[in-house]
Amino acid sequence: MNRIDNLFKHKSNNILSIYFTAGHPTLTSTVDILSELESSGVDMVEIGMPFSDPLADGPVIQDASSKALGNGMSIKVLLEQLQDVRSKVTIPLLLMGYINPVLQYGVEAFCKKCSEVGIDGVILPDLPMNIYQESFQKYFEQYNLRFIFLITPQTSDDRIRMIDSLSSGFIYMVSSASTTGAKAEIESSQVSYFERVKGLGLKNPLVIGFGISNRETFNRACSYANGAIIGSAFVKMLTETGDWKDGIGKFVRGVK
Amino acid sequence: MNFSPNENGFYGEFGGAYIPEMLFANVEELQHKYLDIINSERFEKEFRRLLKYYVGRPSPLYYAERLSKHYKTNIYLKREDLNHTGSHKINNTIGQILLAKELGKKRIIAETGAGQHGVATATVCALMGLDCVVHMGETDVKRQMPNVLRMKMLGAKVIPAMSGNRTLKDAGNEALRDWINNPTDTHYLIGSVVGPHPYPDLVAKFQAVISEEIRWQLKEHTGSELPDYVVACIGGGSNALGAFYHFIDDKNVKLVAVEAAGLGVDSGETAASIARGTDGVIQGARTKLMQTADGQIIEPYSISAGLDYPGIGPAHAYLHNIGRSIVMDATDSEALKAAFELTKLEGIIPALESAHALAALPKMKFSASDVVVVNISGRGDKDMDTYIKAMGM
Repeated sequence: MNRIDNLFKHKSNNILSIYFTAGHPTLTSTVDILSELESSGVDMVEIGMPFSDPLADGPVIQDASSKALGNGMSIKVLLEQLQDVRSKVTIPLLLMGYINPVLQYGVEAFCKKCSEVGIDGVILPDLPMNIYQESFQKYFEQYNLRFIFLITPQTSDDRIRMIDSLSSGFIYMVSSASTTGAKAEIESSQVSYFERVKGLGLKNPLVIGFGISNRETFNRACSYANGAIIGSAFVKMLTETGDWKDGIGKFVRGVK
Repeated sequence: MNFSPNENGFYGEFGGAYIPEMLFANVEELQHKYLDIINSERFEKEFRRLLKYYVGRPSPLYYAERLSKHYKTNIYLKREDLNHTGSHKINNTIGQILLAKELGKKRIIAETGAGQHGVATATVCALMGLDCVVHMGETDVKRQMPNVLRMKMLGAKVIPAMSGNRTLKDAGNEALRDWINNPTDTHYLIGSVVGPHPYPDLVAKFQAVISEEIRWQLKEHTGSELPDYVVACIGGGSNALGAFYHFIDDKNVKLVAVEAAGLGVDSGETAASIARGTDGVIQGARTKLMQTADGQIIEPYSISAGLDYPGIGPAHAYLHNIGRSIVMDATDSEALKAAFELTKLEGIIPALESAHALAALPKMKFSASDVVVVNISGRGDKDMDTYIKAMGM
């Protein structure tokens, strides 16, 4: 069974997912960070594939991406690093990034390699639904990868239902109209959006991301969804903490 | 003439709308409404009125006698440099500001390279009383200061983009991020035939007035609507697509697009996105762009801030692919030489961007009877610092 499906089958709330950018703070830190996250009790991880022009990201992840690229990270290098990851890490792993580097790698080759190393899902926010369906869905399904779509406060109910019918794994619920790391809290205006989506009775689990940075925002998000994703706050900790191995445990304990 | 993408915004395999969900509602609204709005009689009437009385159109098609003699052919200059604000950019900003008003938007954002689009946007925002924020790469803020000051006087807020090379692409990224963070009241007024569908088509249709005028103006001059060549520079490609638009079906008219080679197409310091580009996705569109084998976008370089862009509008990628356009390039020094040549022979100081189009002339072979139209997309006032340095003064 796909590890994402398995996770949501056995756990329906307070799922903590962490995002970080591969190749940052150092080129070879990726697998160590994953091991540390698993032993700290994180439920799922999104590994960012750095891109030169990350237009949905705020300054923290932009900076991490540019450092990672400077360190020599690429999809090819990342998938090589992950070759043996399943001997060390058992939680669900997703790759998240922008469509252009994946197109250059080759979408089918990418899906095949992801499946070989034990990746469970992929998030490509700038791959539109219609092009996914026409050209790429077949590869993701063939290699048993979950393709995760985003919804935002501006996404209509009809479109959310369409995304739900096309989705598997979970739906990534962007908490507010923003780039990543732009807000550090959940405002009351967002609550009506959370309640609206919760009320739609979707078949897929919901995981809230963007603006989740600490225990308070994590708990608040989890009261409307099955779990939440922390990205910028975690990446910022990695950037700012010299001893990030120690920092990961502290960070996760501070949230859970 | 109706050169349009398909309903999903594709010209052949190029175009589309590769955007994150955060931009979907805004882009979808534009996709659904833009044709009905811009084809309405009311819109058309107001657009034409402003182009005539505010912009000063039609812009002249001028027979450049001494330049023609020099190249032993017949050269006509389409004088977009004489438009209000000094370039072709105003044609598009007039159109989009009317569209934004129809959509009920209160805040306008734009990206700018040379500052011509930023000035044209700040101008129409002042005209309509709308808030204006212009994102401009920090490098360009420094090299195009006169335009920064004009934008400020016009009431715009100019935000320096600090990411990447701090040039046009980075300004575009920051504008897109601004739009993600302000999804309800803001219209992103894109300045070229780039970005997600419907922008390439929208901007092309507003700039098409250039070739519409060339046809009837040329008939007055020569008795025929059709030239042998139309020559224009391309960064994103809006002045070129405007100048080509109504000639695309006339297969005998050669459409020449001139890219900025920077220090040379093979120098590693270039903005020649077709010569050095491969297929990929940049800022919401599938097109040709300069990228590494890993799909990272390569930072471009050109002396001309307006051409300093690593991609190309999807319509140009398509026209090139089907063999309809001829793509040439000009280096920084060739463009400078061409700018001084036009100034000396005709008393017209062109923008550095337009100088790239002129720089293609010595590389082409013309017969004495050929009719060549060169689009002078903008005037050189903003480039005086660069020209003064080149003169060693």
